[in-house]
Amino acid sequence: MELNLRGRTALVAGATYGIGEAPGLSSMDLAARASVDALAQVGLTPGDVDGLFVCTPDDMLSGLTFAEYLGINPKFTDNNRSGGSAFEIYAHTAAMALCMGQIDVALIAYGSNQRSAAGKLVQSSRPSPWESPYKSMNPVSSYALAAARHMHQFGTKREHLAEVAVAARKWAQLNPDAYMRTPLSLDDVMGARLVSDPLSVRDCCLVTDGAAAVVMVRADRARDLTAKPVYLLGAASATSHREIASMPDFTVTAAAQSGRRAYEMAGVSASDIDIAMLYDAFTINTILFLEDLGFCPKGEGGRFVSDGGIAPGGRLAVNTNGGGLSCVHPGMYGLFLIEESMRQLTGRAGERQIAGAKLAIAHGNGGVLSSQATVILGTEETL
Amino acid sequence: MDSLCPEVDYQKFLAEGRLMIQRSRSSGRYVFYPRVAEPVTGARDLEWVEACGKGTVYSTTVVRQKLPTPSFNVAVIDLEEGVRMLSCVEGIEPEAVRIGMPVQAKIVYRGDAALLVFEPA
Repeated sequence: MELNLRGRTALVAGATYGIGEAPGLSSMDLAARASVDALAQVGLTPGDVDGLFVCTPDDMLSGLTFAEYLGINPKFTDNNRSGGSAFEIYAHTAAMALCMGQIDVALIAYGSNQRSAAGKLVQSSRPSPWESPYKSMNPVSSYALAAARHMHQFGTKREHLAEVAVAARKWAQLNPDAYMRTPLSLDDVMGARLVSDPLSVRDCCLVTDGAAAVVMVRADRARDLTAKPVYLLGAASATSHREIASMPDFTVTAAAQSGRRAYEMAGVSASDIDIAMLYDAFTINTILFLEDLGFCPKGEGGRFVSDGGIAPGGRLAVNTNGGGLSCVHPGMYGLFLIEESMRQLTGRAGERQIAGAKLAIAHGNGGVLSSQATVILGTEETL
Repeated sequence: MDSLCPEVDYQKFLAEGRLMIQRSRSSGRYVFYPRVAEPVTGARDLEWVEACGKGTVYSTTVVRQKLPTPSFNVAVIDLEEGVRMLSCVEGIEPEAVRIGMPVQAKIVYRGDAALLVFEPA
């Protein structure tokens, strides 16, 4: 019998730091700065944290390094490495640990200086002996193979992929923190240099620096810390493979499983969602997750995003910060999905604010569509 | 100690010009890539069997290079035995590879290693 977590824990603070370029700072510096900023929002310090959920891309033992850096003496440390989805899984695990009374204050943190330090994705996993001899340009080629299959089966077009990139850019233009805010047209995306067919460089996420941190407590304490807690209503995850050739069906991700279980726990469905934060490492991701999370039928994702469907003023508010495509993508992006959801649900999203937003879905992706993790968040009204 | 060394054995067969994949004696299911046990069941009764080398392109991409380096194909192939693998299709332009195209396995020698590639059937 699964523990029902609905409404029993809440996110009470969230911060980002160093989005874009943060020269001279280490990944740990960035994660620590976002963390103290988030804790300070609710009058807490690192010394108050007893549950730590963290990873950085360049340090396998970052759970220990981070605790040492900020003087945290955790009773529970989670340094899970499921890729970019790790942070949605952290939120799930933190909710369980809080509910069981194992911990009282959870800090979830991430930081990366990959743009300033390397200028490319930090390679932190073992190359597959079965795939690396073919010099596949990973991760781009793996997502390209999924996109090609989706196009073949459902008639999805490069224009549909380009719509995703253009929508992300339009949202980014409303976000002063976003890294890429210059105008971008469908022609710009389709005319951009191809990296791995059918994906061009504009179908691929940014390589930036950046950090994020959020603080989570039990619901009974949340109102003592903030006037607007963001409650965790549902959470679930699923892993289907590691390398792309082992993905059972390239057009169906394990988000279909994690989404179904998260909705069930939250007691809501896709039609109730006001804000959809979907991990857009590549343009095909958004289309796959819109389908797998029930916003449109399988195969209809391309048509759903057409004609500005997910741009500001469209049929669904998707990736309102500008996403991994135009706001920030420092190697692992999952925590930024949760932080932006919090901004929207607490009415702090500035020009891009969706009026009256009450329910958000933050969906993380890790590996090459391998790990899928869904968190559903809501305001007090949704309890 | 088991005498099965999945990666080493596979490469040794390939260097001898044989495409060998595994099959569980109990379930009859084929397994690729090679492992010490069958996924899901955990059965340790995997035996090496020669694959027929016939396959179909499940998906395809062209990895673009800066000129003058030529772009090249990367493809995912479904073998007739029911296993799927990442490889490439050679012998035609990388852009001309199509999903659903029948292909035939071919073992080539690059540097000091044998490599499995595919050609249009």
